[in-house]
Amino acid sequence: MNLRLRSRWWSFGFRSTVMLYFIILIVLPIIGVYGQSFSLGWQPFWESVSDPLAWKAVLLTIRLALIAALINIAVGTMIGWVLIRYSFWGRRLLNSLVDLPFALPTAVGGLMILLLLGPNSLVGDLAGWFGIEIVFHEPAIVIAMVFVTFPFVIRAVQPLLEEMDRSEEEAAYTLGASKAKTFFQIILPTMTPGILSGGMLAFSRALAEFGAVVLIAGNIPGRTLVASVYIFGEVESDNPQGAAAVSIVLLTLSFLILWIVNVIQSRRAGA
Amino acid sequence: MHIEVTQLNKHFGDFHAVRDVSFTIEKGRLIGLLGPSGGGKTSILRMLAGLETPTSGDIVFHGKRVNDLPPQERGIGFVFQNYALFKHMTVYDNIAFGLKVKKQSKEQIRNRVMSLVELTGLKGFEHRLPHQLSGGQRQRVAFARALAPEPQLLLLDEPFAAIDAKIRQELRTWLKEMIERLGITSIFVTHDQDEAIEVADEIMIINKGRLEQKGTPWDIYKSPQTQFVASFIGESTIVSDVSKLKGFEPAADREGVKALIRPEYIEIGKPHEFRIFSATEPGRIKQLHFRGSEWMVEVVVGDTTLITYRSLEKDILHPGDEVTVLVHRAYLFTDEESWIMENRLKEDPMPIHI
Amino acid sequence: MKKLWITLTYAVFTILIIIPLVRIFIGSWEEGFGGFVDALRRPQSLHALYMTGLIVVTVTFINTLFGVMLALYLVRATWLSKRLRQLLNSIVDLPFAVSPVIGGLMIVLLLGPNTIIGSFFGDLGFKVVYALPGMILATLFVTFPLMIREVMPVLQEIGTQQEEAASTLGAYPFYTFWKVTWPSIRWGVIYGVVLTVARSMGEFGAVLVVSGNIMNKTQTATTLVYQDVENFNVLAANSVALVLAAVSIGLLLMMEWAKKRKEH
Repeated sequence: MNLRLRSRWWSFGFRSTVMLYFIILIVLPIIGVYGQSFSLGWQPFWESVSDPLAWKAVLLTIRLALIAALINIAVGTMIGWVLIRYSFWGRRLLNSLVDLPFALPTAVGGLMILLLLGPNSLVGDLAGWFGIEIVFHEPAIVIAMVFVTFPFVIRAVQPLLEEMDRSEEEAAYTLGASKAKTFFQIILPTMTPGILSGGMLAFSRALAEFGAVVLIAGNIPGRTLVASVYIFGEVESDNPQGAAAVSIVLLTLSFLILWIVNVIQSRRAGA
Repeated sequence: MHIEVTQLNKHFGDFHAVRDVSFTIEKGRLIGLLGPSGGGKTSILRMLAGLETPTSGDIVFHGKRVNDLPPQERGIGFVFQNYALFKHMTVYDNIAFGLKVKKQSKEQIRNRVMSLVELTGLKGFEHRLPHQLSGGQRQRVAFARALAPEPQLLLLDEPFAAIDAKIRQELRTWLKEMIERLGITSIFVTHDQDEAIEVADEIMIINKGRLEQKGTPWDIYKSPQTQFVASFIGESTIVSDVSKLKGFEPAADREGVKALIRPEYIEIGKPHEFRIFSATEPGRIKQLHFRGSEWMVEVVVGDTTLITYRSLEKDILHPGDEVTVLVHRAYLFTDEESWIMENRLKEDPMPIHI
Repeated sequence: MKKLWITLTYAVFTILIIIPLVRIFIGSWEEGFGGFVDALRRPQSLHALYMTGLIVVTVTFINTLFGVMLALYLVRATWLSKRLRQLLNSIVDLPFAVSPVIGGLMIVLLLGPNTIIGSFFGDLGFKVVYALPGMILATLFVTFPLMIREVMPVLQEIGTQQEEAASTLGAYPFYTFWKVTWPSIRWGVIYGVVLTVARSMGEFGAVLVVSGNIMNKTQTATTLVYQDVENFNVLAANSVALVLAAVSIGLLLMMEWAKKRKEH
């Protein structure tokens, strides 16, 4: 009886500590941000959000993140396909390298891009000769976003390709369909949920990216200032309310995307 | 151990899985819980084990109410349908688990485990991992593991469901012998009638959460007490002298044997439809009854009237027709036991070589 | 056709990943091995690397402990209703959707020196924001889902039967966890640890906001790189970055190794 009583207290203690940790670390701060940004009322919130620099930053971020996501969808699908379907020398190595953006600090990623494409670099000088500015301009931001979200689509597509039943493909061939036709009508639809959820995750991550972007964007307000850097700027200028207001916009957008991805994935699991 | 269950109920959300089930089980008996899938049998078993809590009702072991006792303290052994062996442990460690929990000495553990390994015929396999064993071997490990801590009650959840039909028969017989030898009170869940008949001392028929009937196999088959039980076991024919039927002559060796033949084990047709004609005997149709989806046929063989069913798609028979009859198997009962006997002549004695 | 795709794939990898890595390597060697070492031996470098190490160890330890327990509760707990568990499950992913800068902002808003809680601790002499505790909190937030997301699928896959069997054999929850559950989730946890280490080492945005990036006080390796770049001290930035990149690659290799063992 004593042993059971003691173990009852232990489990109660464990459970409450763990649940408390969860709530305090995650739920509270998020509620806090929403609360703080409206703390001074609706008017100041609206003012912060409608500041041209603010919404320009948000729109810029959305546009560039979309481009990055689309690039990743195209490139990621191809790479995912190649790494699963073909065997060639170095396949294992490349497959492992896919995860590098996950492992590498974003600031280091930003530095890499800066070195590669910035002034005094081979590519930077070459591009400048053609009149294309990369670093401190939009292209650099997109490249940074692509780098950071590189693994998402690939890792979402690969399991679907692995699980796929080859016999569907083979049936199509025996019925006379060409490789291309089979790819588009049979294989691609199987990969689509992965492409979609991977693409959305990439988009969401690109929206939020700070470290890689801040080093190479030049951060010119209205032109190359992305939302996350804008928020950072507001915090540094001692305007936490303004920062919070724009954060809300970004957060709500990200949560929406997260929710949609969840729905897609649970649909797939349920199907 | 002596078990008493009163007014047991279990709800899973809105689903009323077990309804007002009450029964008593004497010490040392081997009980089979029989019934269709989803009927509540496994829920009852798991409540006895303490793996589920009853919504209401009492479970009493040896006069002590155990509803609030966790599985660790009930003194039970549980054999799972999918074995639930510890994948990362060898056969030896699996069996020794319950003993290590009790902190027995290494030597005590070694003795007990090795004796169980011998008992279950797993000698030489002690150091194998579960994925290196066959289905039958895994089941025996599960059995040995459950028995190691000397439980007072053994619970088995469809122990042979995941095993090939061929091995099932052997394992069934082996299990029954083992349990009888150890004299441990045992309850097993099954949806297979043949299994229940062969193995159990008493059967409890469970349907839709209710206990329909409890009794010896003979009682249940001879006098079904509810509609469900009657239709579940089918309209079997009771035959007083089964040794008169071709292929069942050896039955005469036992005194006072009663037989019950299930309609699905009686086959009737034209002579050329039977592969082993030597096992059949002639019969005459006595009566036909239309049952909506099929015919119920009364056929007389010798002076025994047998009942069987016939599909509507086959040629229509008429009373008075001569047919060929093959009885595949019969359930045999004495006062103490019940078992299944196959038609001896079904084994082709003179296989034709081309 | 196939050759084309393979070549293209190699091209992408080379341009996006391999060449940049080589570039960093070259960058830190500009003034030879001595230059590299000097950049690392600066007091601010040593301090920053120390801070990063401290944060990594603390955060990994805490989030492994709580992560495994939460995963267990979210998959198995009967004392939580199914609805509640599903709700909590979707909340787990939130830090993935939150930009690190916003993560840092949240902590500043809640625990900054001007807030109730912040000034409470401040009076006790315990600074949260612009000090180590705040940085640890920010990193805890950001790495929170990693372990949970690794362990939960494993738990769901192995099912509860082995643990039920253990309970019928007399084992109480703690013993069952060590002897039955842990061996099954071990490699998932290890993979989660590697992911958490990588992420907490690389955390930049949240820590930058929360720490104030005060040199020799609240600077981490990543924020030091940022500072060096802003100051055009390319050699120093490269050197520290090289160290980080080398560790990352080491972690990457460990990730792949643990992933293999996990799926064996």
